Amino acid sequence: MSRETLINIALAAILLAVPIWAHFADEPFIITLSTKVAILALAGVGLNLALGLGGLVSFGHAAYFGIGGYAMGILASHAQDYTPFMEWPFVIEGTNQMPIIWLVAVVMSGLAALAIGALSLRTSGIFFIMITLAFGQMFYYFAISWTAYGGEDGVSIYVRNEFPGLNTLDAIQFFALAFTALMLALIFSSRIAKSRFGLALTAARQAEQRVETVGIKPFQLRLTVFVISGMITGLAGALMADLNRFVSPVMLSWQTSGEIMIFVILGGVARLFGPVAGAAMFILMEHILGGFSEFWHGWLGLVLLLIVLFARGGLIGVLAGKEKADG
Amino acid sequence: MKLKTLALAASATLMAAGPAFAAGHAIKVGMITTLSGSAAGLGAEIRDGFQLALDQAGSDAIELIVKDDARKPDVAVSVADEMIQSDKVDIMTGIIWSNLLLAVAPNAVRQGTFYLSPNAGPSALAGKGCHENYFNVSWQNDMLPEASGEYANTAGYKNVFLMAPNYPAGKDMVAGFQRTFKGESAAVVFTKLGQKDYAAEIAQIRASGADAVYYFLPGGMGIAFGKQFAQSGVDTPRFGPVFSFDQTILPAVGDSAIGIHNTTQWSNGLNNAANKKFVEGYQAAYGRLPSFYASQAYDTANLILGALKTAKPADKDAFREALRAANFDSVRGDFSFGNNHHPIHDIYVQKVVKRDDGTLTNEVVAKVVDDMVDSHAANCKM
Amino acid sequence: MSTVLILEQALNGLQFGVMLFMMSAGLTLVFGVMGLINLAHGSLYMIGAFAAAVVATWTGSFMLGLIASLAAAAAMGALIELVVIRRLYDRDHLDQVLATFALILILSEGTRYTFGSLPLYLNTPGWLSGVFDFGGGLVYPKYRLAIIFVGLIIAAGLFLLIAKTRLGIRIRAGESDREMIAALGVDISKLYTIIFALGASLAGLAGAMVGVLESVEVGMGEPVLILAFVVIVIGGIGSIKGALIGSLLVGMTDTMGRVLLPPLFSQFMPPVDAVPVASALASMSIYILMAIVLIVRPAGLFGGAK
Repeated sequence: MSRETLINIALAAILLAVPIWAHFADEPFIITLSTKVAILALAGVGLNLALGLGGLVSFGHAAYFGIGGYAMGILASHAQDYTPFMEWPFVIEGTNQMPIIWLVAVVMSGLAALAIGALSLRTSGIFFIMITLAFGQMFYYFAISWTAYGGEDGVSIYVRNEFPGLNTLDAIQFFALAFTALMLALIFSSRIAKSRFGLALTAARQAEQRVETVGIKPFQLRLTVFVISGMITGLAGALMADLNRFVSPVMLSWQTSGEIMIFVILGGVARLFGPVAGAAMFILMEHILGGFSEFWHGWLGLVLLLIVLFARGGLIGVLAGKEKADG
Repeated sequence: MKLKTLALAASATLMAAGPAFAAGHAIKVGMITTLSGSAAGLGAEIRDGFQLALDQAGSDAIELIVKDDARKPDVAVSVADEMIQSDKVDIMTGIIWSNLLLAVAPNAVRQGTFYLSPNAGPSALAGKGCHENYFNVSWQNDMLPEASGEYANTAGYKNVFLMAPNYPAGKDMVAGFQRTFKGESAAVVFTKLGQKDYAAEIAQIRASGADAVYYFLPGGMGIAFGKQFAQSGVDTPRFGPVFSFDQTILPAVGDSAIGIHNTTQWSNGLNNAANKKFVEGYQAAYGRLPSFYASQAYDTANLILGALKTAKPADKDAFREALRAANFDSVRGDFSFGNNHHPIHDIYVQKVVKRDDGTLTNEVVAKVVDDMVDSHAANCKM
Repeated sequence: MSTVLILEQALNGLQFGVMLFMMSAGLTLVFGVMGLINLAHGSLYMIGAFAAAVVATWTGSFMLGLIASLAAAAAMGALIELVVIRRLYDRDHLDQVLATFALILILSEGTRYTFGSLPLYLNTPGWLSGVFDFGGGLVYPKYRLAIIFVGLIIAAGLFLLIAKTRLGIRIRAGESDREMIAALGVDISKLYTIIFALGASLAGLAGAMVGVLESVEVGMGEPVLILAFVVIVIGGIGSIKGALIGSLLVGMTDTMGRVLLPPLFSQFMPPVDAVPVASALASMSIYILMAIVLIVRPAGLFGGAK
């Protein structure tokens, strides 16, 4: 077992143990924070597929995060008001069932990623970064002006949605859902990395022309991984909306895209557990630094800067050294 | 017999008063407000107004916890979770913006926490979505623009240029005005929320030939527009709800604002004892004139202090009744709660003046509406 | 819609575009020559504005405030180049994004610590107050005319600098072949510091001039930064000409979109629906423009075959 695998197992164990301890110690807020770490890490796992495996620096993943969020907000608000989502040509009712909401979130964000990816993948480098940003901003401004669902005010849901057999209002049970989703996504993404598809992507990232000469079309590979990446981030968005029982255009803003990217880079690009380490570190710093200084963002910046300058490969890179679990 | 009754009454009084003095721990009030970014000044007004009421009462019955929301709904939600789950606050208050309020209040009140809004009154929480633990101590969003419509009718405006940011509160402010205004709208312009440059809109106003400009641009937006309008050479009269012309805006826009009429439920010159104590105390404590934000936060704190005289938040039903009774002296004069826990109060029109010492402030001109009830109260089943 | 109104709006678009150009020029040079994505460029805009606010309030002189903004932003630019940025030139874009994002946090919070959270407001200097009358009903604020004037002078100056001076030759050489100019014995690290400080000073000046119109506050640079990125991507990265054309395009599109779309939509929709929809589309317009440009020309309008 490599050192990185050990670290990964330890990370997963800590993320599971802390909220269980908090549950028995009656510290519900710590469970909420742990749930947030799991969900943000899930969004990062999504982005990491595009960023780490595909080499696609997307600065617009907030779009999928927000679409997932709005899928929850829209369906649940209709269920809350007992009004149908649409009546023509056929009736679609709202719902408060998480599995259905998740399915819609994943499909919708996948479709958006397909359209955006198909157009954006014609460019590369900084132009790709910027065109994904542009599409993200379009969704952001669209949501702001979409008054049917609150515009800038967003949509607030009074009671968390339901999952068959669980009481989602109980913090620890909702955490269990988020944690399971994160673990499944991690397993899925490590499978992808090791599959022929993943190997071809890695090859296309490192030597595009060589891949083309053996008859593989990098465009299709990249589009596929971009869509999968968007779907996972979309699922995270739906969970995040349910954690907050609230969704607003902020989820679609470029700052959100930047934050998801920070989790990934902080933890280690292309490292399987990079986003988990990154999200945990971010939330931890927010609450530790926020406790003793009003200007904690500045200290956060300093820590980030030191990590980039002197700890290349992110947290996992520092802890596990250069080898990669998936390489 | 008489003696016995007296003794019983006395012991009942003692028992009622007992917890208030005996139980050592104060009740916790969590305040989430905007203390950073371009609107940081508004949060400071809310915080200072609330604190002044506590200081004047000299009571340690309330432990106040203040946190910044940076005007971001996701931050507000996260802070609210922390206050409810970790600090275990009894009452929450402080939010300035409708969108943040809608993210926090519906969840908070359903977890059994009381929420008292010192600013922002979205219609979603006044009508069908009203809740027994939610109290609005400021106004329902539609009230001041509706009163502005009445003012425009009496001022004789026939053709008015309307402008507000493109978000729900902005649209409410336009719709509320149009509900009561009998003249024409020369144009309706929705600007980007947080917009700082209004050159394009000012050019449209110049070209529109309107009698007057009605606008809702709170905080930094109002300052930027006011300064640029003054430099544009356009002399169309301006008016609207107080948000674009209040004490946080006037010092920055300067003399060009003199004479502007605006509608409000409170003004620093309102003649009542509570208001005198507030305005003088505020100036002494902070060295500046209070804004309406501060007046609303001051009222909120006094509402809580008044209710605490008869009940504790631990007994939710009793405390709710005590809040509903609104047993305090409001700085705006008459104050009572309607069926939807929103204020019933008078609305005034005031105008910007320059005092002898050079300070710009607002002065009441006339009362526009007596005992105004908001137009969503009828939809609230409570 | 009258001709006078359209002319006034065109001036507004021009003024906005010129301001964007001052902001984008440095960004595009730094990317073109050093290959660096600098998210902290918006913080330099903010620092310029704060320096101008402090000095102008202290001395009472607007011109001294502008000079202070140039000096402060250039000094801060040189400082962060020496301490942080030069370690990032051979890193990939991702590290650059994260490190310069960290710089935004540090510089914003540092400014907030120094000046507090409340916005500062500046007054237009007396000699630039009021409007200039072009005749025929067209009047325009003098201060905005001054911004257009300053911006155009800077644009001309930059073209001259790059076309005619020794520094310009080195900048052009640096854009086309980085190793080569080092081999020719040019002190490359000094050149980089100079370019970075030059770009920073222009951003600082833009911040100071806009600060007078709007307000001076922490976080004022980030919205402009995003627009500046849109500009340099549309224009083609590294090209000053592209930055100028891109700035004017974005400035005009944004202003004209806000003005023309609502009446256009009202032609075929009831005004109640038309106005919000058109306003929303107007705020999306520059991003739509950018997406279209990139789909048609993936390296921007004046992007070289790099």
